[in-house]
Amino acid sequence: MEAICLTYDISPDDFTRAGEASSDVKKKLKQMGVGPEAIRKVAIAMYEGEINMVIHANGGKIRVEITPEKIVMILDDVGPGIPDVDLAMQAGYSTAPDEVRSLGFGAGMGLPNMKKYTDEMEVETHLGVGTKITMVVNI
Amino acid sequence: MTVQDLADSGLFALENEGDEMDREITKCFCCDLLSVAMGRAPSGCAWVTVMGNMNTLAVASLADAACVIMAEGVPLDATAANKAKMQGITVFKTELPIFEAALAIHERLTL
Repeated sequence: MEAICLTYDISPDDFTRAGEASSDVKKKLKQMGVGPEAIRKVAIAMYEGEINMVIHANGGKIRVEITPEKIVMILDDVGPGIPDVDLAMQAGYSTAPDEVRSLGFGAGMGLPNMKKYTDEMEVETHLGVGTKITMVVNI
Repeated sequence: MTVQDLADSGLFALENEGDEMDREITKCFCCDLLSVAMGRAPSGCAWVTVMGNMNTLAVASLADAACVIMAEGVPLDATAANKAKMQGITVFKTELPIFEAALAIHERLTL
């Protein structure tokens, strides 16, 4: 299997569409015969990333690279950046607004869940410029 | 117990019949905070909740739940009901409180 690349544009402030990119990746991985546990890890980590982009970053772009060994997700946004990554990685820390919380999100579990469900995760962020998160799930 | 077995048990009303009725239910899971459910819902679980928006369906699908049970008589909103149909996710509804609904499932899982 050669490397396959998928790219998605994530719309800002649209909770009705959040999850569409992750669902599409999940469907494609299933068609490729990737194991259910790896698919679940990718789906959860990427959905959390999508939700974060919708809430905090005015949307963004996600690129997914699939090889026989691993799945790499690169989430790129031009949002406000994360002032304190260590703090943001703590479960329960959240800056999400009330309307997001009323939907059941914003409990400060997004980044911790992304880390929990991936084998590697790297956060590059610059205030006022944007954030790039690279996540790897080994197959 | 499969999702179909749960449907046949008559415990809950079937709101939407999904694509995987022969799926084995592994555990029962209760949570209304989607952020937590996303990270904690076990694969193949029967998820009991009162959060009936379309993000519930996205979480159910992506976290690989076997089915969703809407408790306390709380309905899915129209967008969520449509998404359940589109994505083939099985959704039940019941007037029972969350604990009692979950207990009924648990008792059948441990028979």
